[in-house]
Amino acid sequence: MPMNSVVKYFSDIFKAIKSLWKGLMVTGYYFVHPRQIVTQQYPENRKNLQMFDRFKGEVILVHDENNQHKCNGCGICQLNCPNGSIEIITDSVPNEDGKSERIIDKHIYHLSMCTFCGLCVKSCPSNALAFGQEFEHAVFDRQKLTKVLNKPGSKIKKEPKEPKAPKPAETEVKSNPAN
Amino acid sequence: MAFNIYDFSTTTKAVDEWLKATLSPTWAFVTELVIVGLVFLIVYAIVGLYLVYAERKVCAFIQNRVGPNRVGKWGLFQTIADLIKLLMKELVTIKRADKLLFNVAPFIVIIASFMAIAAIPFAKGLHAVDFNIGVFYMMAVSSIGVVGILIAGWSSNSKYSLIGAMRSGAQVVSYELSVGLALLSVVIFSGSMQLSTIIESQANGWWIFKGHLPAIVAFVIFLIASTAEINRGPFDLAEAESELTAGFHTEYSGIKFAFFFLSEFMNMFIVASLAATVFLGGWMPLHIGNLEAFNRVMDFIPPIFWYLGKTVFLIYVIMWFKWTFPRLRIDQLLTLEWKYLLPINLVNILLIAFLVLMGWYFK
Repeated sequence: MPMNSVVKYFSDIFKAIKSLWKGLMVTGYYFVHPRQIVTQQYPENRKNLQMFDRFKGEVILVHDENNQHKCNGCGICQLNCPNGSIEIITDSVPNEDGKSERIIDKHIYHLSMCTFCGLCVKSCPSNALAFGQEFEHAVFDRQKLTKVLNKPGSKIKKEPKEPKAPKPAETEVKSNPAN
Repeated sequence: MAFNIYDFSTTTKAVDEWLKATLSPTWAFVTELVIVGLVFLIVYAIVGLYLVYAERKVCAFIQNRVGPNRVGKWGLFQTIADLIKLLMKELVTIKRADKLLFNVAPFIVIIASFMAIAAIPFAKGLHAVDFNIGVFYMMAVSSIGVVGILIAGWSSNSKYSLIGAMRSGAQVVSYELSVGLALLSVVIFSGSMQLSTIIESQANGWWIFKGHLPAIVAFVIFLIASTAEINRGPFDLAEAESELTAGFHTEYSGIKFAFFFLSEFMNMFIVASLAATVFLGGWMPLHIGNLEAFNRVMDFIPPIFWYLGKTVFLIYVIMWFKWTFPRLRIDQLLTLEWKYLLPINLVNILLIAFLVLMGWYFK
C-alpha cells in the first residue's frame, strides 16, 4: 500500500504537468495565430457585413416579388407572443364565392417590446413570419419602433387548392389533444 | 572572462560627481534622491500601464478576440485613458469602515512593490541599491504587500473583502516558503545573496542551464509559487470575481483602486524580473562556457535588452498561465503547496547542496 501511494504521488505530478501542458498548447496556438480571430470589427466592416441566417434581428412578414404574403390573419402569433408585441387587426371582405373572408388589415409589431424569443415564427401555421437580419434599430423616436409588417397594397398569396389539403388538417386534429 | 559590457555605474558616478561639484553635499544628496524617485515613479507608471495593456491584448489573442483597439493605434492609449478616468473618479468612503486603515492600505501595497523594484538590476550597474542580501531583501519587502491586502480587507467592513483578504493571507504566507526555497537553490549555487554577484556568476551560462535538472525544478517551482504570491490566476482566489466580486479591493474606488491594480501588475513585473535575474542571468547575455566567438556575438545586444527580453518573456508566461488554467479551490491551493511544492522543494534543496558539495554542476 505505501508503495502504491508513492507511485500515485509521482504519477499525479506527471499527469498534472501533462494535462497542464496540453492546455497551454491550445491557448498558445491561438496566441500565435491571430488570423483565427472571430471578432467582427463592426462599424468598419458595415458595408460588407454578412449576418448569419439564424440571426434574430427583427420579425418580418415575408413578402414575395408580387408583394404577396402568406398571412391570413388567424392571430396565433398574437396569442403566442408572451409580452404582447404583436397586434393583429383583421378585416373581412367578400370572396369570389360571395362569402365573407378574413384578411389581414394590419400586422402591428412592437419592436420595442420584442424579446426575440421566436414563438411567433415557430407557431405561425402558414409560415408567414420569419426573422430578418436587420439589427440597426436605434431611433430617436419611440413611435418608430412600432411597425406595420404587411406592406401597403400587399395581398395574401392564395394556395392553389390541392387534393392533398385534408391530410395536414387530419394530423393537426390528432396532435391537438396532445397539446 | 574578458568581455566588454557597458557599466552604467560610470554614468551614475559622473552625474554624482557633477552634482557634488556644483551643489553642497546635502543638496547633491537630496537632488539624487529626487532624480531616482522621479525616474522610478515614471518607470513604475509606464510599465504598470503597459502591462495592463499587454495583459488585455494577450488575453484577447488567446481568446480569439482583438482586444483594445480604439484609443490610438492598436489601442495603445487605452490604459492611459483608463487611468485618467480613474483619477477623476470619486473616492467613496465606506460607512463604518476603519477610515485610517482603509486609506493606508493601498499605500502599503504600493510601497511594497516600490521597495522591491529598487533592488532590481536593470543593466550592469543600473540599480538603485545593491544590497549584499538582495534576494533576502526582495523576499522580505515583497511580503509587506500581503499586510496591505489584509488591512484593506479588514478595514473595508465588507464580507467579500474580508474573505478575499483572508484567502490571500493564507495563500501568500504558504507560497512565500516555496518562493524562498526556490530562490535559495540559486543562492546555494552562486554562494551569494547579492543580486549583482548572482548575475556575475552567470557570465559563463545561466543557472537554469548550469544547474541542470535541480535548477529547472527550482525555476518551475518559483514560477508557480510566485504566480500564487502575486495573486494572479489560476491562484486569484483573493479576488475571484465570480464568488467575491473583487475580493479585498471591492470597496475601493478611483485612484486607490488604481493603486491596488497597478501594484498587482508591478508585482508581476518584479517577480518576472527576479526570476530572470536569478535563473536566466538578468542582464547577462547568453554565454556558453568558453565559446569566445559566440559569447562575443551575444555581447553586441545591449544588456538592458537582454534583461527586458527575459522579463517580458516571463511576464508572457505568467499571463499565459492565467488565461489557460482554471482557478483553484482554496483546499486545492493549500494541497498543492504543502503536499507537492514544499516537499519537492526541500528535496531539491538537499540535492542542490549535495551537487554543490561534490561540484557536480557546470562551473
